[in-house]
Amino acid sequence: MKVDKKTVEHVAKLARLGLTDEEKERFAGQLSKIIEFAETINKLDTENVPPTSHAIPMKNVMREDKVHIFAHTNAILNIAPEKEDNMFKVPRILE
Amino acid sequence: MNPEELTAHEIHRLFENKKITSTEITEALQRRIENTDKKVKAFVALTPQLALKNAGLADERIKKGEKLSPLEGVPVAIKDNMCTKDAVTTASSKILKNYFPPYNATVVNNLEAVGAVTIGKTNLDEFAMGSSTENSGFFETRNPWNTDHVPGGSSGGSAAAVAAGEAIVALGSDTGGSIRQPASFCGVVGLKPTYGRVSRYGLIAFASSLDQIGPLTKDVEDAAIMMNIISGFDPKDSTSVNRPVPDFRKSMVADVKGLKIGLIKQLMGKGIEADIKESVKQAVKKLEELGAKIEDVSLPTFEYAVATYYIIAPAEASSNLARYDAVKYGHRAEGAQDLLSMYHETRREGFGPEVKRRIMIGTYALSSGYYDAYYLKAQKVRTLILKDFEKAFEKFDVLISPTTPTTAFKVGEKSDDPLSMYLSDIATIPVNLAGLPAISIPCGFSKGLPIGLQIIGKAFDEETILKTAYTYEQNTEWHKKKPNVK
Repeated sequence: MKVDKKTVEHVAKLARLGLTDEEKERFAGQLSKIIEFAETINKLDTENVPPTSHAIPMKNVMREDKVHIFAHTNAILNIAPEKEDNMFKVPRILE
Repeated sequence: MNPEELTAHEIHRLFENKKITSTEITEALQRRIENTDKKVKAFVALTPQLALKNAGLADERIKKGEKLSPLEGVPVAIKDNMCTKDAVTTASSKILKNYFPPYNATVVNNLEAVGAVTIGKTNLDEFAMGSSTENSGFFETRNPWNTDHVPGGSSGGSAAAVAAGEAIVALGSDTGGSIRQPASFCGVVGLKPTYGRVSRYGLIAFASSLDQIGPLTKDVEDAAIMMNIISGFDPKDSTSVNRPVPDFRKSMVADVKGLKIGLIKQLMGKGIEADIKESVKQAVKKLEELGAKIEDVSLPTFEYAVATYYIIAPAEASSNLARYDAVKYGHRAEGAQDLLSMYHETRREGFGPEVKRRIMIGTYALSSGYYDAYYLKAQKVRTLILKDFEKAFEKFDVLISPTTPTTAFKVGEKSDDPLSMYLSDIATIPVNLAGLPAISIPCGFSKGLPIGLQIIGKAFDEETILKTAYTYEQNTEWHKKKPNVK
């Protein structure tokens, strides 16, 4: 699959990733090559083959539904880019 | 005696006999770093005060004649993608440049609990994405054997630090070869444990179904010592496996009589440098002389492993890296007027080119309309690769191959060609896709650069690969060679 600049822009938007014009051009070329390489797996017949998400058999682990008091709220808030009281602060999201 | 040339088990014996103190060892390594790290550049951050404080604590215990843990008072380096609450944790990314996590990774707690002395955090390819440490957001690390060459990656800082005598042992992480490939390039021992053997809690996530923490050391016994300390179930990592951990030092037995070894045909053919093939053949011959039974084995799906990996790993990475949103921690771009531009600008400024590339590949592969064709298809091929291994292990106890197709390449040689960089992990990637344990040990040199031998085991059978590696090591001298950093 050829990845053009328009696709790059679309994917970058999905990924919330700002790209310069130069990066868009470069990625279009590089991504085309990488995706084309990845497509070599299409040569393999995977009809009736189940997918593997984890190589070692795993099952979902549930923990007890119990309240734990978290004592380090300040340690977490102190490393935030911006905070107010005990909240993370972000630019305005509602008009 | 040169403190920087000692292994952890040698240091332990010196402590027991009160021949040296932890403070002396720690200061010797700090001087070594002062002298050589200008050239090697293995460390992102050093923790001199903390190290000397902990060395002092170890010395009190040594003085009192208390029973010491095998890593007590031993200086260790930690790859900078593992959280340390007393030191910066950057993942070598500008987006985490000033990040001090509020907690320790479980492996860091494990090391602290036995009195190990953390001397610093090592450089890596940003978020562990790369094979040369050239993708670090800060600077390139150099190979101690020849500083015109890369140390490999992504645990290039850890491998170079151990090889250069700037750390006695180190921790790395391995998603597609990131422990074994730099171990091979730098002439040290690197072990990737079975997926689930070691807790990933506090490891900055890259590709969660592939990532695994493991040791980089000067010899096999030190790798076993590290494994004893970092292995085990952790309720904080639901993918860590609840099963007993053996004493890996019991595998330090030089005996491979009757061991069935498969030499992987696909990794001894074209694309592998002649000197490397020759060294691996000699190593296999050595093991045969020592009583092992060798046969060729074919794993036909291997040639699709890199392609499969470059769908699965970026897909998982693109999800994992969505958390860098400038809200809770890490870099935030200045002056953004709204939320969307804050995301875009922060991530544009904070991520380097390779990380952006992988986020793009992963997002593309997961995007609406393409999921089945790429991600699901790759997961099915992953099943086929797993089955190839299963079939091989019906007949063999361990599988052997070169760790890398070439020795350490030159700085800059592959940095403009992502695809050729990706192919340098051709021998290590299949192992991650199958979740298996594998070790790389030194087995020769080509033009002054080390060659690595990869020994792959069955799931949760680190013991047999350690025993095989130990047997080879005890009958060869490669691990005793040290680089002359210049």
